[in-house]
Amino acid sequence: MSTPDVNLETPPTPNGSDRGRTKDTSRAAGTVLLAEPMVRPSLSPYLVWGLLAGAFALVLALQLTVWSVNAVTLTILTSALYGVVIYVVSAVREGRRNATDRLVTVVVTTFFALAIIPLASVLLEVVTEGYKRFDIEFFTYSMRGVVGEGGGAYAAIMGTLIITGVTTLMSVPVGIMAAIYLVEYGAGKKLARGLTFFVDVMTGIPSIVAGLFAVSLFVLILGPGARAGIIGAVALSVLMIPVVVRATEEMLRLVPNELREASYALGVSKWRTVTKVVIRTSIAGIVTGVTLAVARVIGETAPLLVTVGLTTSTNLNPFEGRMATLPVFSYYEYAQPGVPQAPYFERAWAAALTLIIIVMALNLIARVISRVYAPKTGR
Amino acid sequence: MSTTSAPPDAVPRTSHRGDRIFSGAALAAGVLILVTLAGVAGFLLWQALPAISAPPEDVRGGEGLFSYIAPLAFGTVLAAVIGLLIATPLSIGIALFITHYAPRRIAQVLGYIVDLLAAVPSIIFGLWGIFVVAPASVPLAQWLADHLSFIPFFAGPASTSGRTMLVVGAVLAIMILPVMTAVNREVFLQTPTLHEEASLALGATRWEMIRQAVLPFGKSGIISGAMLGLGRALGETMAVALILSVSPGVHWDIISTQNSGTIAADIALQFPESSGLDVNTLIASGLVLFFITLLVNMVARYIVSRRAEFSGAN
Repeated sequence: MSTPDVNLETPPTPNGSDRGRTKDTSRAAGTVLLAEPMVRPSLSPYLVWGLLAGAFALVLALQLTVWSVNAVTLTILTSALYGVVIYVVSAVREGRRNATDRLVTVVVTTFFALAIIPLASVLLEVVTEGYKRFDIEFFTYSMRGVVGEGGGAYAAIMGTLIITGVTTLMSVPVGIMAAIYLVEYGAGKKLARGLTFFVDVMTGIPSIVAGLFAVSLFVLILGPGARAGIIGAVALSVLMIPVVVRATEEMLRLVPNELREASYALGVSKWRTVTKVVIRTSIAGIVTGVTLAVARVIGETAPLLVTVGLTTSTNLNPFEGRMATLPVFSYYEYAQPGVPQAPYFERAWAAALTLIIIVMALNLIARVISRVYAPKTGR
Repeated sequence: MSTTSAPPDAVPRTSHRGDRIFSGAALAAGVLILVTLAGVAGFLLWQALPAISAPPEDVRGGEGLFSYIAPLAFGTVLAAVIGLLIATPLSIGIALFITHYAPRRIAQVLGYIVDLLAAVPSIIFGLWGIFVVAPASVPLAQWLADHLSFIPFFAGPASTSGRTMLVVGAVLAIMILPVMTAVNREVFLQTPTLHEEASLALGATRWEMIRQAVLPFGKSGIISGAMLGLGRALGETMAVALILSVSPGVHWDIISTQNSGTIAADIALQFPESSGLDVNTLIASGLVLFFITLLVNMVARYIVSRRAEFSGAN
């Protein structure tokens, strides 16, 4: 879209060139253009890439010999060195404006690289640490009677699947129906506008607050101090419903009105139109949204910590007693290890690896569904 | 309209019962969501009341509810602001890179990669923070304590474990990066192409075009994205609970072993072993957190809803 090689042989006349722009941007444009005429970028790409490679090689060599190797400092120092060099070279050869442009390109690219490093580091750490206990025993044993080595996360994996399943069963109907109300019935109504706003606000509720809400709610039903899978599922629903509503709403709005009108013209009632035409058209997008919502809540720790707790034996009944879940299991293995610590930390990392594999798989499935079935839309 | 149509009454009427049930169910779902949100506030308030009305010496800490929650609220805001200060320039840069610098064909893939950061569960960020970031931060904290100790934030002495507010802020920054980048990307893409092309046609370099056309257009989007990120950072629990080494009171120093806790992390750490009035105290602090984040999110959503149809949901 935005090509950097603007082909201008003569500098544009500054006066009148910014007619029709808003006031403050025109002043900015005017000062920049007056300051220095445009010169075509003229540095050879070989020189640019060569300088970058040189800066990288120099910093890497220094890190290998004098300092220690570190991805973050390597990125920052390379960018800083390269930025200074390219700025000076460009300022001499192409003028200050092009030099600034090149410098900003370096900064922006560095920022992106800096965001990739944590992701890579997290994945690397989880895989290398989690791999140690990623064995059959880990997936088939609970922690009942285990002290020190051995034991596994069977109970935690089942607990996570059950609680997430119950959460999904509660959240998806409510979320989809609310989205249908917003798109099909609520257009222009005050309630719908309020609902849209508060659904958005609800996406920002801290997960621990959702957990405390579920605790307070179930004090009413089960009395104080109760722990059960269902309480955790209610807490997770508070987090999941708004995500489902937003995703579904977005998909329903993509359905062309012509389809609805064609259905009405055939004498089909509104609710049948919605279920048989609108939903059916957008089902792939809705499934994608629900999958992403599941991926979001399956890794939640804090609400389960205060509502479900942890147990060493296998409890598959979400309506009674504490259950083990993967995130909480991982947390306690780290936070309250026995002696020696190593087997506890290894189990914590193995649980983290299991969790991240589940989450990434859900994300991948969602992307595949949306890629394969997505309705074609222009930007 | 058409002139040949029969009077509406002549059309055989289908049963409207299905319609009524269905629209009723849709309405009920919408109302249920609003009721739930009100219920969050209501039930928290109900369970917080015993702590609010209790005599100060009975509340955990022995000095009353306010002096228990105030340092935690301070720590919450401090950690979130550090995270925001780091994440805001980064997210603007990343969004610009994806929308205006990266080759078109790989831009979408790069967007997915940043979104993947949002998929990593917070417990994993916590473990990563304590095993990787905290040890790596020790030399930096030492350097800050040696050279910049005249600034109250870096007064030192530097922590040797790295379990500091600075590390918490950095990890929070990484965790809120995806949502802020998503908002910024969206508003940068909405910049009218004509504005950009006009700027380029006048001879602006790419950076000048961005400064003249993209950034002014996206300003309110950047602000609301930052507010959304702030809301997330305020409520983040597990990463803080795992990383931060807490001591009571208010501490401005962000690189020492003495750090104020945060509300969310305090609840996660204390709740499992609490009973009686302590539970009510923790719920009261949760209520404070709820209102802080609610306020921040409402402001963010208000700004966003004034300008565009966009939500950071996911």
